[in-house]
Amino acid sequence: MREFAFRPEVAAFLIPLAAAGLLAILPGYRLTARLNILACGLTLLAALSLFVLPRPAPGGYFLVDDLNIVFVVLSCFVAFTTSIFSASYIGHEIEIGRLTPAYLRFYHAMYQALMFAMNLALVTNSIGVMWVAIEIATLTTVLMVGIYRTHEALEAAWKYFILGSVGIALALFGTILVYMAAQPVVGEGAEAMLWTVLVSRAGEFDAAFLNVAFVFLFLGYGTKVGLAPLHAWLPDAHAEGPTPISAVLSGLLLNVALYAVLRFKILLAGNPGALAPGPLMATMGLASLVFAGFMLYRRRDIKRMFAYSSIEHMGIITFAFGLGGPFANFAGLLHMVMHSLTKSGIFFAVGHIAQVKRTQDIGRITGLTVSHPLLGWGLVLGVVAIAGLPPLGIFMSEFLVVSSTVAREPLLAVPLVGGILVGFGALMLRLSGLAFGEPTGPSDPAKASYVPMYLHLGLVFVAGFYLPPMLVAWFQHVAAQLG
Amino acid sequence: MHGLSFDVAHLLAGSLVLISFMLLYQDRMLALLNVFAAQAFVLAASVAWQAHIQDAPHLYVTAAIALLFKGIAIPMALRRIVRRLGIHREIETVVGVVPTMLAGMALVALSMVVMLRVAAEADPLAREDLAFALSVVLLGLLMMVTRRNAVSQVVGFMSLENGLILAATGAKGMPLVVEISVAFSILIAFIVIGIFLSRIRERFDTVDIEALDRARGERR
Repeated sequence: MREFAFRPEVAAFLIPLAAAGLLAILPGYRLTARLNILACGLTLLAALSLFVLPRPAPGGYFLVDDLNIVFVVLSCFVAFTTSIFSASYIGHEIEIGRLTPAYLRFYHAMYQALMFAMNLALVTNSIGVMWVAIEIATLTTVLMVGIYRTHEALEAAWKYFILGSVGIALALFGTILVYMAAQPVVGEGAEAMLWTVLVSRAGEFDAAFLNVAFVFLFLGYGTKVGLAPLHAWLPDAHAEGPTPISAVLSGLLLNVALYAVLRFKILLAGNPGALAPGPLMATMGLASLVFAGFMLYRRRDIKRMFAYSSIEHMGIITFAFGLGGPFANFAGLLHMVMHSLTKSGIFFAVGHIAQVKRTQDIGRITGLTVSHPLLGWGLVLGVVAIAGLPPLGIFMSEFLVVSSTVAREPLLAVPLVGGILVGFGALMLRLSGLAFGEPTGPSDPAKASYVPMYLHLGLVFVAGFYLPPMLVAWFQHVAAQLG
Repeated sequence: MHGLSFDVAHLLAGSLVLISFMLLYQDRMLALLNVFAAQAFVLAASVAWQAHIQDAPHLYVTAAIALLFKGIAIPMALRRIVRRLGIHREIETVVGVVPTMLAGMALVALSMVVMLRVAAEADPLAREDLAFALSVVLLGLLMMVTRRNAVSQVVGFMSLENGLILAATGAKGMPLVVEISVAFSILIAFIVIGIFLSRIRERFDTVDIEALDRARGERR
């Protein structure tokens, strides 16, 4: 009877897989866009049911613990709202002929394939399967980034492909090394790749092996997180692909890669002889933050600018997890959730803005609050949130990161705060031009779906004032688990 | 341990490193593809030998993939692309042969030092396999860095991946090796199709220098 029981963690990746197959063959934009939303909605329900339904026994092929539930639910939620945004965005792209129906079918199938790969990477217990799933996720996003088939889009996709493949290859070498470290202790076979088994016996592994393995894993998966100096693919991929994909990349895929890094960080923490992964992560995080903060000033393309902002925030999150300890981990988790919600919200606004203004050039987008009040003010709210102004959610999580840094490593707080302020300045500078002043240039009436955007921004706004006690307790628990 | 099985495995893995060096100094596209095909054949032999001494029949699948897909199908496809684009006579390297070879030697020395020390406890066969595998991986990266056109970058990536397959098969009893080699084959097939479909018009010369700079960043 156990075999037939509903397994939410399995449903979370089987629903998208089935939907991908279905969407690949069905014609018609209206039907498929709705089906896409429906599939994402069902996946979200399956993810939410992880909270209430019993979890699989530890040690099996799937793993559900407090850590990955946060990631799965966040992913499914952002993917669901993005699918609603995508329906109206893609409708416009079809109208102006930038996408043909054949490509649209492909796009929807790839969207669901990406969901499948990400959820599989999150719920699998095997580090080998996790690697395969992240590789599939890379492939699907590469295909979607290149979907417009312009010269720039293909160039971006190629760059992403080469860098992503090298990252993936390094991560595989790290995975093999972890297996080699585990094999003398755990024995040969599939057992030695199950994360729960690895963690429970990590203390007996050869520490030197684990150290080298972590360096490879961190560089490999860190490429996908978009940490400097391995970030080069990220701005191009965000700028040249369809905007829903930018939202999904920033809101989800970077997190999934970060999740992989965190899993291995926990593994290393279980071995007293292994190096502490914290300093490595904190250094790369800070470097990304400061680097991206300065790079923000020189951006001319609106999507590219927010891509650099994603690098900046992934830097902050990696830094917080690298710092470690319950307080900083809590801040990192909260910041990750807030960043995903805000950044995808911003990309919803930016996608429609680029459509109504027919350009992504920052210099040619002006006066949005006058010409398109709903979009313009949404963008203002989003940028204010992402820049970290009080009282919104990101302010709170950044405040927590900074204060835990001041308490633990006061010297590191200087580059941290400096980087945040530099990024803040750049965003504010650009925002005044984008949102205020006289509107110029073409301006089509907006046929936008405002619900996803304002839903995300509303959540971030509320989180600035009030976090449900249940959520706080949950995050505290996870933060303690992260060590 | 020092029996025939060890010697043959050692010979094959060492030949892979040697062929990686040969890849580094090839300056004609077609010669490069031939050398790569040779590497795939040696890899197939090496994997098959591992399958034999480890008594792991599923590794024969990986060996077959290496032989048929990477040894025959991909080089043939790339040869066609190279001819269609008319770049089969072109010589292209960013860095000269001598510095490249010196850098390659340094990388091999590095991976020997790192791996032999790290894996001092592991059994000698796995240890030396791992050291050779890391050398092949690093030489593949070096090749991606020192080449500027898409086809030879892909060849670099595939030789890097040969190193990974060598490491995975050398790790005794590692699960999912076949799945991983299939996943890699899909990846490579996509890359090759991608080059074929999208870059056929523009004779890819603009893109790759940028990507090269970044790939260099990868190795820090």
